[in-house]
Amino acid sequence: MVGVYVAGVGFTKIAEHWDKDLEQLMAEAAVKALEDAGVSTVNAIYVGCALSEYLQCQANLGALMAECTGLVGVPAFRSEAAEASGAAALYSGFCDIASGRSEAVLVIGGEKLSDGLPEEVSSGMLMMSGRSWYEGFMGADFYAISALLYRLYSKRYGDEGIPFFPVISHEHAEGVAHAQYPFKITLDRVLESPFIAEPLRMLEVSGIGDGAAALVLVSEGLARRLKSPKIKIFISSATDYMNPFDREDPLRLQSVMLSVSKVLEQAGVSRGEVNMVELHDSVSILGALCLESGGFSPPGAAGKLAMKGEFGLNGRLPCNTFGGLKARGHPFGATAIYQVAEIYLQLTGRAGKNQLDKPRTGLAISLSGVGAAAFTSLLKIEEV
Amino acid sequence: MRVTGYWRNISFLYRLAGWKCTHCGAFHHYKPVICRRCRSREFTQVELPGSGRLIAYTVIRSPPKEFERYAPYSIGLIELEDGTKILSQLTDFKEDELRDGIRVEAVFRKVRVNGEQGIIEYGYKFRPVLSRS
Repeated sequence: MVGVYVAGVGFTKIAEHWDKDLEQLMAEAAVKALEDAGVSTVNAIYVGCALSEYLQCQANLGALMAECTGLVGVPAFRSEAAEASGAAALYSGFCDIASGRSEAVLVIGGEKLSDGLPEEVSSGMLMMSGRSWYEGFMGADFYAISALLYRLYSKRYGDEGIPFFPVISHEHAEGVAHAQYPFKITLDRVLESPFIAEPLRMLEVSGIGDGAAALVLVSEGLARRLKSPKIKIFISSATDYMNPFDREDPLRLQSVMLSVSKVLEQAGVSRGEVNMVELHDSVSILGALCLESGGFSPPGAAGKLAMKGEFGLNGRLPCNTFGGLKARGHPFGATAIYQVAEIYLQLTGRAGKNQLDKPRTGLAISLSGVGAAAFTSLLKIEEV
Repeated sequence: MRVTGYWRNISFLYRLAGWKCTHCGAFHHYKPVICRRCRSREFTQVELPGSGRLIAYTVIRSPPKEFERYAPYSIGLIELEDGTKILSQLTDFKEDELRDGIRVEAVFRKVRVNGEQGIIEYGYKFRPVLSRS
């Protein structure tokens, strides 16, 4: 297998971009990534987006993005895996290079949620987390399913510290230029915010925003010839039953467990060697379940460890170093690419005020639905 | 959901009918090609018991499209008497009546009006069983 390296990243601020189309946002991120990598063309383009047919009435994003990036002629495709669509595009791009077919690929993730009314975005999330004729039919949306998981979790372990996850994410997002909500919040504010689906509170869920992020992946051969900082990347994925209550234990995300173990094995890295984790904290409870299922916290302990400061920038295992899904933002198809781009910034010493002390290995967990699929990406400093 | 999709799933939505894997007992809402749990290909048609216990519930306050007029509404996770776990809207309850562990039973109810084609869709919901002295 050919080694795969990230050679450049680009992204937009996550916000309500009223004046820009989805294709403009994605092109902006893509061109930045190409410039960052110092390459003018690629062998293929992989696009990740979850809801463009529904919210923009737009399909065929592969060819569209080849055109918008000035790369007409280059083969281009779109991957869909709900909120993890960007990770699915990354997986495809990774395999393209690892197989030896391509030397350089452009991976773009984008989503423009502000084109939809709030109830349409909620419907979009329902399409991604359940079956249309079952959960969809009764209106059991993503928040309902997450709230039921939260209840089961509280019954088994208690909910201590779970509402603290948004506090950590917001603390890390403070002053971050690309974050949607770059300010701190207190635990009291989280606890006083109204229920969205009890016990899940408004300030425990990510907001609605637009954004795009892009990566340039290159083969080890090309990496040797490029000047930009290169970081080796690995990615793995696994699936689970769509409905968490069909699973043996709804509080163990098997897709996370499998994809984390597989990627660590692929990269020859142990859990103890991971210096930072980007979590899928679209709702607080999922952030905790990612850590527990990934083997980075004992079951039922993630909230307590969070309260102790273990996941802060100076903690044992810094998490969501630019604010995670909750505070940096969660434009579905773009999210996984933001996660990977942020790890790249950390490992190349370009994280500004959020810079960790010489991290060498970072891991990003990206979920679709309530863990129906998980993609785990691992980046590590390794000489070409 | 499209009208055709609704129509195809009526036997489950109206009467909790479906298929159980003869080997592992996993419930499927329609007759599958292969069991999602054990990959067996043999199934028996069943009607799920219409009563069970509420394991957990929540209340939806910012609903998806076509549910705006029903919000707030409750969603419960229910363990039926044969051990099958299903999701359902909850109905016919007083605010202080919902509690984890209470006995619930299935009833036939209007669920929503399908916006695009305008048909009225019916299906099961669950309600608390009245305690009898």
